[in-house]
Amino acid sequence: MDTLYAVFIDPFMQMGSAPDLLVQTLWEGLVAGVLYALIALGFVLIFKASGVFNFAQGIMVVFAALTLVGLYEKGVPAWIAVFLTLGVMFLLAVTIERVVLRPLVNQPDIILFMATFGITYFLIGFGESLFGGNPKQMIAGELGLPRGAVEMKMLGGFVSFQKIDIAAAIIASAMIAGLAVFFQYTRIGRALRAVADSHKAALSVGISLNQIWVIVWFAAGIVALVTGIMWGARSDVSFALEIVALKALPVLILGGFTSVPGAIVGGLLIGVGEKLGEFYWGPLIGGGIESWLAYFIALAFLLFRPQGLFGDKIIERI
Amino acid sequence: MTRTFLTRHAARGVALGALIAAGGLALPAQAQDSIYFANNAYRTGAFSGSGIPIGDGMRDYITMINERDGGVNGVKIVYEECETGYDTKKSIECYEQAKAKGTVLYSPWSTGATLAAIPRAHVDKIPILSMAYGLSASADGNTFPWVFIPPLTYWDGASVMVRHMANELGGMDKLKGKKLGLIHLDAPFGKEPIPILENLAKKYGFEVKLYPVAAADMQNQSSLWLSIRRDRPDYLYNQGWGAMNPTAVKEAVKNGFPINKLVGVWWAGGDDDARAGGAEAKGYKSLNFNAAGTNFPVIQDIIKHVVDKGKSLAPKDKVGENLYNRGVYNSMLVVEAIRNAQKLSGKKVINGEDMRRGLEALNITEARLKEIGMEGFASPVKISCSDHSGHLKAYVAEWDGTKWTKGSDWMDPLKDEVRPVIEANAKDYAEKNAGWPKRTEACDSPS
Repeated sequence: MDTLYAVFIDPFMQMGSAPDLLVQTLWEGLVAGVLYALIALGFVLIFKASGVFNFAQGIMVVFAALTLVGLYEKGVPAWIAVFLTLGVMFLLAVTIERVVLRPLVNQPDIILFMATFGITYFLIGFGESLFGGNPKQMIAGELGLPRGAVEMKMLGGFVSFQKIDIAAAIIASAMIAGLAVFFQYTRIGRALRAVADSHKAALSVGISLNQIWVIVWFAAGIVALVTGIMWGARSDVSFALEIVALKALPVLILGGFTSVPGAIVGGLLIGVGEKLGEFYWGPLIGGGIESWLAYFIALAFLLFRPQGLFGDKIIERI
Repeated sequence: MTRTFLTRHAARGVALGALIAAGGLALPAQAQDSIYFANNAYRTGAFSGSGIPIGDGMRDYITMINERDGGVNGVKIVYEECETGYDTKKSIECYEQAKAKGTVLYSPWSTGATLAAIPRAHVDKIPILSMAYGLSASADGNTFPWVFIPPLTYWDGASVMVRHMANELGGMDKLKGKKLGLIHLDAPFGKEPIPILENLAKKYGFEVKLYPVAAADMQNQSSLWLSIRRDRPDYLYNQGWGAMNPTAVKEAVKNGFPINKLVGVWWAGGDDDARAGGAEAKGYKSLNFNAAGTNFPVIQDIIKHVVDKGKSLAPKDKVGENLYNRGVYNSMLVVEAIRNAQKLSGKKVINGEDMRRGLEALNITEARLKEIGMEGFASPVKISCSDHSGHLKAYVAEWDGTKWTKGSDWMDPLKDEVRPVIEANAKDYAEKNAGWPKRTEACDSPS
């Protein structure tokens, strides 16, 4: 009886008795969710264009952030360092297309998937040799990102909104919206969707597969840079960020690998779900449930909708 | 599954990174007239922020001994790092490599790696030096003759934290009704202080709240800090490592937790850990057993013989940082144990069994610390055949915004509370591991 009370009644009593904490938890979940959505978007873009799950997305986040901070440490002004980093990410996209993807055209997807492992290992070693393994401070202030917090008295308590989190939510939302519009309404976006539907059909109407791959890998590189700046500002810039990027996996399971809206809604559901779960139900089993709760939510969801929230339902005749 | 996979690919990345980073540096050849010492390191991966300065300090002290003195009593130390990426599986490979190459000592540099090596070392007769980390119960030298854990264990550290709380509150009796939160990495290292804190809480009437942090969420701690805001602990003890520490300091600042009530274990006292919190991190505390800074003859000798000659991997401005000096301290223990082993065995080139005797005879007095340029750098170290830790003093270091300073006097752990638990747990370990060998090794310095 006590267990039933602890699981089904007490958490809601807590929500009612300290609504300010509930609002704070929801806010933290939303911020994390938007950032998860942003990371997930990097995966979705590449998956849509090439049918490949890009395992290297996490290390691309680290590589982009380290390049930015590394350039700044060499004396390059912050915003010029941002543009130079974008240039590096573009070069990376071109190199990956030329050296890895192009020679593997028409190979089974699993070969391309394994190639992204190779990219990961290379970027880890290359990144460590270029920048070292020491953690670095993200140049948030130099980029004009705000510091401090806005504290609002409400609901018998207070809710603290970190300015950096507000900025992260706004920037990530704007970026997600921008990318969604770009790929939905522009010529390149239509080409991308054509490639996603069928490589062969796209080629037959003159769409350059190579060009599309460079574009989506570069777009994923931009997403990686923004993700690296935002997460790096919340902690530091180190190879541990790669692990954070893999928080996008349950988001993808939930939202579907091919859906931009799925990445957004999935990110928010996972972000809010894991924060609420950890805060209200975590103490019942010793806490620290956040790392697996997201997967539990996503897998439970799959029981009812195997293709994910917005994923395509694939029906094949046999 | 994800963590296993991650650590595996991180370790592989390490191989490539290490190859490039080495830049053609040839490993020193192992000669008949040298002593081989293998050290686990993690210069890559999520924990490299802590692993690099420690590895640099260890490497530079040994290099300095070789360069300045021509080795220990004329015998050079061949020092080799094995990159683990803080991965226990990789550490076992490193252990096997070290064994094959005839290391006189195994230096695991992770509690998980130490736990994995303990049964092997007792069969292979290779001493383990897990300096202020690892299995606290291994301080019982009668049960664990091949493991050494000076100058103090995690249980001692937790008890120093309790003593620090009591000192600030005005006495042990003032602990009653207080709340101590333990933020800890959800791994063997992080969980190690839990039993002793629970014992002490029962005895002194305070409450312990646990805040585990999964490795995957080291940089994603916001919900944990919401729980802290809800629970309102009076003090927080951070048993953190790697990327977890700077995030914890940042979150404390962000959530308005009084920064001077957040105290890290000695491994949460990296300069980068505190620096991450910016100006508001001033006042952050960490337990410590070595001094930070370059104002010691030993560090000056390292600068002169190693750093200035381009033989260090550390940037000059990192020399003297807290974790760098911790690495220096660790290597000092190794070198002093080698000296003891040479004296006890009458041999210049010693083996693992000699080294075990040398470690067991460690007695580094104030006078000896002065001789080796470490006066004021650390407190004296003395261990014995039955006590492989010493349960020695620690102090609370305080971040002044730019560097670590001494924030308290040296404090003894609550040895009377800790030692019986260590002996009981050692006995329990031996019983649970059927066939655990009874100590047969002779004791050179019974005390």
